Amino acid sequence: MIEVQNLTKQYGTKKAVDNLSFTVNDGEILGFLGPNGAGKSTTMNMLTGYISSTEGKALINGIDILDDPIEAKKNIGYLPEIPPLYLDMTVKDYLNFIYDLKKCKLPRKAHLEDVCNLVMIKDVYNRIIRNLSKGYKQRVGLAQALIGNPPILILDEPTVGLDPKQIIEIRSLIKKLGKKHTVILSSHILPEIQAVCDRIIIINGGKIAADDTTENLTKNISTDHKLIARIEGPKDEILKMIKNMPGVVSVVADMEREKGIFDYEIEAKEGVDLRRELFKRVVARNWVILGLKTTEMTLEDIFLKITMGDDVVINTKKNDAEAKAEAADAKAEEYDKLAKKADEASAEAIDEKEGEE
Amino acid sequence: MGAIFRRELKAYFTSPIAYIFIAVFYIYSSLFFVNNNLYYGLTDLSSVFTNVFMILMFLLPLLTMRLFTEELRQRTDQCLLTAPVNLFSIVAGKFLASVCVFLCAMAIYIVYIVVLVYLAGGVAWATVIGNLAALLLLGASFIAIGTFISATTENQVVSAILSFIIIMLFYLIDMLAANVQIEWLRKVMSSLGFYSRYAEFSQGIFSIPNIVFFISTIFIFNFLTMRVLEKRRWS
Repeated sequence: MIEVQNLTKQYGTKKAVDNLSFTVNDGEILGFLGPNGAGKSTTMNMLTGYISSTEGKALINGIDILDDPIEAKKNIGYLPEIPPLYLDMTVKDYLNFIYDLKKCKLPRKAHLEDVCNLVMIKDVYNRIIRNLSKGYKQRVGLAQALIGNPPILILDEPTVGLDPKQIIEIRSLIKKLGKKHTVILSSHILPEIQAVCDRIIIINGGKIAADDTTENLTKNISTDHKLIARIEGPKDEILKMIKNMPGVVSVVADMEREKGIFDYEIEAKEGVDLRRELFKRVVARNWVILGLKTTEMTLEDIFLKITMGDDVVINTKKNDAEAKAEAADAKAEEYDKLAKKADEASAEAIDEKEGEE
Repeated sequence: MGAIFRRELKAYFTSPIAYIFIAVFYIYSSLFFVNNNLYYGLTDLSSVFTNVFMILMFLLPLLTMRLFTEELRQRTDQCLLTAPVNLFSIVAGKFLASVCVFLCAMAIYIVYIVVLVYLAGGVAWATVIGNLAALLLLGASFIAIGTFISATTENQVVSAILSFIIIMLFYLIDMLAANVQIEWLRKVMSSLGFYSRYAEFSQGIFSIPNIVFFISTIFIFNFLTMRVLEKRRWS
């Protein structure tokens, strides 16, 4: 467990980390998200005892990193932004050195083999680190953090500079590690955090801008009132029809996807769900909807929104969002009734047709 | 400490630095040995010991220049400082590794002694042992200074040159002292001179204050190295 209380780091007059407080529970994978220079690495360096804090406390499994650094450090495996590798050593020598440095008590050969198997560096075990590719270097760095099986892993941008395949491998590895370890992970790549972490702390300018589970963060700020519809039919008429729908704020036709098929970006007033109404109107005119999706806010949007200085808005919006959700539910019921009626009507129509035949 | 010591020692011998250092030391000290002892048929090694002072002034900064500079440049210091070891072990491990390489260089004196015993039937053992101890203390002092300087910069060349300048200052300080008018300053300056203290050993004077002086120098500079590393964390 990691407890951070009012952690502050001041460089001259600039506060790199400003009054940070959070707790990471055992077995949790926490993602640190923030633009470059937000204070992610500084925070991690303070947690691992590499630099000291100006103010505040960091407790690693209940041990203050400044009061008893040696005991606290025994609980941490740290992969800094630049893996701390001695380039002139072989992987084998390097890992053995780390094993000795950490005064590891586990059986040497078996433990090193386990770690190497886990991060998949068996095949470069006897090679000199200088000659390894970036991906392998990163993995050797990760292996270094894993030696001694520390309960807490702190990984600073572990996938930076890797190719897509390696990124996926490292991500699934981190997920695997998260089952036995407490993991703090930093990144400015949002899908990565989204894919791996249970909880996200967004840092900007050294302060916490948001702290919530991954689900909640995406849910709270998602938007149903923005739609993208792919419709087959005459473009101008469709545009006109959509514009005339109640609650529509704007509609834009995207590029032509196939012949006579366009994507229409529709924005309605907040809380208005256009999907059912749109469907009915399109069908009534004998056009065809080929695709319909709501443009849910990705973490990218949330991230930009928060880091652009809208953080206050986000916090109040949480409540707004709940209210909105209720309103939407009520509307949905109404629409459901309408839809049922429509269904019955169409069913009757079909029956009639069949009857005629 | 053991892990850092072993790694550092291995790094010395996997790179050419240790070999170059030892080779150059062998060449010059042997030159002095042949010139002073074999050529004139003397068994007194003192002049070899005094001459080697200058060589060490140039050579030892090369041995210590990368100790911490490389760590800082490659960010491997993060690995050391976040591992469960204290600063003392880190500094002591590196310092002792350098001293160990220096001991390898000093081993050439065994050859000289053997040659002299074989040719002349013996050496003045007390003087030779005193000189060896003095050489070790002097070398370790230079290494402590070099270690300290290496922790202050990320550039090996700067580290070597700065170490050399500081060592040079300790070499020249008692000569400069002669021209200082202020009584107490002159006393302080002349007592800081490395060379006069070292030279006393080669004259066969085994004085406790000189030994204490060198040992204190070693401790002070290693302590300063620890302070510099600690200060990095706080700034």
